[in-house]
Amino acid sequence: MTPLAGGEPLIRWTWIGDHTDELTDLTLHHLKLALLPIVFGLVIAIPLGIVCVRWRWLYPPTLGVANILYGLPSLALFMIFIPYFGIGSGGKADFTIMLPLTLFSLSVLVPNVVDGLRSVPEPVRQAATAMGFGTFRRLVQVELPIAVPVVIAGARVAAVASISLVSVGVLIGNGGLGQLFIDGYSRDFTTPIIVSCVLIIALALISDGVLVTAQRLLTPWARRRHA
Amino acid sequence: MNLGDQIDQAWTWLTAASHWSGDDGIPHRLLQHLGYSVLALAIAALIALPLGALVGHTGRGGFAVVSFANLARAVPTLGLLLLVVTVTSIGLTPVIVPLIALAIPPILVNTFEGIRGVDPDIKDAARGMGMKGPGILLKAEIPVAMPLILLGLRTAAIQVVATATIAAYAGIGGLGRFIVDGLSRKDYPSVVGGSVLVVILAVLVQLLFIVIRRAFVSEGLRGSSRTS
Repeated sequence: MTPLAGGEPLIRWTWIGDHTDELTDLTLHHLKLALLPIVFGLVIAIPLGIVCVRWRWLYPPTLGVANILYGLPSLALFMIFIPYFGIGSGGKADFTIMLPLTLFSLSVLVPNVVDGLRSVPEPVRQAATAMGFGTFRRLVQVELPIAVPVVIAGARVAAVASISLVSVGVLIGNGGLGQLFIDGYSRDFTTPIIVSCVLIIALALISDGVLVTAQRLLTPWARRRHA
Repeated sequence: MNLGDQIDQAWTWLTAASHWSGDDGIPHRLLQHLGYSVLALAIAALIALPLGALVGHTGRGGFAVVSFANLARAVPTLGLLLLVVTVTSIGLTPVIVPLIALAIPPILVNTFEGIRGVDPDIKDAARGMGMKGPGILLKAEIPVAMPLILLGLRTAAIQVVATATIAAYAGIGGLGRFIVDGLSRKDYPSVVGGSVLVVILAVLVQLLFIVIRRAFVSEGLRGSSRTS
């Protein structure tokens, strides 16, 4: 490996062993900051999507807002919430990071919920009605299950983005594993930066795998059809 | 302080004449910001458009492309920037490299999906008219895939413009200076004002792509694409 100035290697492996406790804490906090917003996002996006499908005129303005949200720099959105929840790590200050990430997740999740519900074939809907399903039961037992793959596709994009974006929070003192970016940068020490980047990518891949598994469990009929 | 005060302060900051001139003025920072964004986007497009088109056209390597793009999406941009700064030095490279890495996945995946998704009947028709591989790609597949290709470019452009704020950390300016400097000086109006400028830029990019779509997407195809 190419040594840097002063003979420092790109990765000093012993550093990892000496900091396992810190790495574990930061990883767990990172997961909380990144994934609670996805849960909040789903809780909001599913009813919002249902409403947008029922009252079609609501969807274009909602989509417009979602598109604008998507284009906001995450750092700017973090700033907006500082006066309300404060700065730093843990407790109430975590919402300074989690609320903006919830808004970002909505910009991906709401369009996917709407598309998922709209992808339900009309004959399926009519069959459910003919079997005596009311609007609510049809929604819960027929339309939402059919929409699951599209909704989860959105959740995967949102989760990966969220896990990567949390690290930007370090600029306001709360970035989960991103804390190590500044730690390494300020000391001209690459090991913490590389370790946290690798951990963040690993978290993203694991979360993605969990969501793919969830999709399989929630849509057993899709597997049976292929088998 | 509430949202109203924030807006008030940002407005006062944005409209102060002293913020509109000199090297640390809004016009200069805006041009820097646009410069890095356009450069990064152009390089990313030069890599991702041909690659996505090739893979979509041949149908080989699709799985690898999508997997790579998903992995690349997970790379934390700020970490990559600070790593490159630490290994090399402050300058243009540490800013451009992470922005390119950020822009490639959406362009690559949408181009690939767009070309791959072209109706086989259209390709057969093109072949029946005497077109060969490259002709089919250029005259049939790319025009039909154009809505998705532009969507990928738009997604990439918005993310690059929003993320180029981190250029301030590599010491080369851009609108991020107002945010980063403001943060370290506890100059809140500068932070909010700088953020507002980035947001306006991101919205302008979206509008620009509406115009581009009008110009480059055949009339028969409009209204047929969606976010991925």
